[in-house]
Amino acid sequence: MSDFAGGTPDRYAAVTQEITSIPLRFPAPRGWWILFGFALTLLLTFFVAAGVLFRYGVGVWGNNIPVNWGLAISNYIWFLGIGHAGTLISAMLLLLGAHWRNALNRFAEAMTLFAVICAGLYPILHLGRPWLFYWMAPYPNTMTVWPQFKSPLAWDFFAVLTYLTVSVLFWFIGIVPDLAATRDRARTRGQQVFYGLLALGWRGSARHWTRWQQAYRLTAAIAVPLVVSVHSEISLLFAAGPIPGWASTVFPPYFVLGAAFSGFAVVAMIAVVLRHALGLQDLVRERHLDLLGIFLLATGLMTTYGYWAEVFDVLYSGEPQELGTLQDRISGAYAWSYWGAVIANFLPLQLLWFRSIRVSPIPLFLIALSVTIGMWMERYMLLVTSLYRDWLVSSWGEYHASFWEWALFAGMIGVFLAPFLLFVRFLPVVSAFEIKETLAQEERQQEADEREASRA
Amino acid sequence: MREPSPHAPLFGLMAEFDQPERLVESIGRARDAGFLRMDAYSPFPVEGAAEALGFHENYVPWLTLAGGIFGAALGYGMQVYTNLAYPIDIGGRPLLAIPPFMLITFELMVLFAVLFAIVGMLDLNHLPRLHHPLFDVETFHLASSDKFFLVIFGDDPRFEEAETRRFLETLAPVRIDAVGHTEQPE
Repeated sequence: MSDFAGGTPDRYAAVTQEITSIPLRFPAPRGWWILFGFALTLLLTFFVAAGVLFRYGVGVWGNNIPVNWGLAISNYIWFLGIGHAGTLISAMLLLLGAHWRNALNRFAEAMTLFAVICAGLYPILHLGRPWLFYWMAPYPNTMTVWPQFKSPLAWDFFAVLTYLTVSVLFWFIGIVPDLAATRDRARTRGQQVFYGLLALGWRGSARHWTRWQQAYRLTAAIAVPLVVSVHSEISLLFAAGPIPGWASTVFPPYFVLGAAFSGFAVVAMIAVVLRHALGLQDLVRERHLDLLGIFLLATGLMTTYGYWAEVFDVLYSGEPQELGTLQDRISGAYAWSYWGAVIANFLPLQLLWFRSIRVSPIPLFLIALSVTIGMWMERYMLLVTSLYRDWLVSSWGEYHASFWEWALFAGMIGVFLAPFLLFVRFLPVVSAFEIKETLAQEERQQEADEREASRA
Repeated sequence: MREPSPHAPLFGLMAEFDQPERLVESIGRARDAGFLRMDAYSPFPVEGAAEALGFHENYVPWLTLAGGIFGAALGYGMQVYTNLAYPIDIGGRPLLAIPPFMLITFELMVLFAVLFAIVGMLDLNHLPRLHHPLFDVETFHLASSDKFFLVIFGDDPRFEEAETRRFLETLAPVRIDAVGHTEQPE
């Protein structure tokens, strides 16, 4: 953090100033409006596509028997997976004491929130009669029936709802001290009321901080196994179906790692764009891009292992149906999605072995984009290549996403982008107080080292 | 610790410091001088500040544990109850199947542990709160930026405005402010 001149107390003020001035006097209003207009157009597309779906039913999609899980479910998994990286960066690295997370955790968590919302909408829209989604909740009703708790659909409901609630709470208590700082720097009456209400009256009492730290760290400690459970649960959705290609025991870790992989890619893209657009180069530094690149490479290589393990499983089992699915994947009608996933995920990724690539924003952004697309193809491939040819030749069929499915997908990106842009515009995007806490710790460490040196 | 009621002559006296270490040191000296009721305010958690205040509280972890147990019991109990209330026999498989029940049990355990932790933390801190007497002090906005404050509450048994102010001066703060009570709206 040596970019801030002067002693540590001056640096505290500089960090606070830099971060809280973004929502109060936004530095890039034109770029923001252009992007926000684009996001709103996509959001409108979402409402149109969802409206058409509500009016005419899932018949407007390409879903059929045998491929009854189309884009809706593969996108659900993709969005949810992206969300997981935010929690991992924030919670896991907090517990590991990796202070560099402080420059990234806030927007990574916001990414989680909005990605989970997109993910949660998909299974609901896929229900056929989406307006009855509340039947998933157990409540006493005149039909005297209860949800089928042995069904993965009920698991989904609880997993996504829990994950969303925990992500919102974790993100919110993490941002409250910075909302207080923004409130204290707000100039206009409207800003003071807005940030004043959101800050909940936070005043930084030592007693409050103690309880806050206990709650924050405990939530972090609980959030890490939660992430693992949520994405393992999704892989069980597959494993619970007797479909060739879905029964490999590597699925839970393979899904969780793939999720982290795609999520780190999106975090890297957001980091590159935000640091450039908001002039945060002194907070989100080369070192952070470097570490994001390393994480991306590491989770990518672990995902590669998942690919190998899956193929090995099939070959080792010798099951004709499994072998058939493997053959469909590498040379069938959807081979483009298999090879697309392999190439987009793992080929450009190898450039990240070089530090010079990891620290240069544009190549990192492009590699991350390639991974995001590659992971999307992987989710699509896992679903469609398994479903379109299952046990009975008589029930083979093909699946092609319809116009309205693509429209909904584009719209869903608007559902992600529009609130995320509002977050960037109106809330502190980087955690100021945690960066200051790290500065204080570094200073104490330095003093201790100097004392040590003078004694020696 | 309850904060001073409007019956105390003053909410307290506030000393401002520009280093976290100076704050921790001053808390210790105030306690040595016999003051009991005080609080410290800082832009980030200052290591040692709560210990210096003699504040050792573990309600939040226990609440989290209680929430986790409650959520797990609720999740498991709900699945057992509903399966008994509306039994569906699928090929003679067990009605109460433990492995598929574990997922929702785990999710609800997590959900309630986190809800208890965070709602409990806010409640113990008496938050949310729309206003606070400290916010009336002109320089207190720096408590979220780069300054560290020690407030000796007006209802401390040893509190006497002039004398307490003299004591705070011996701590060599940047400045000292009197914190009044917020006027109650009519």
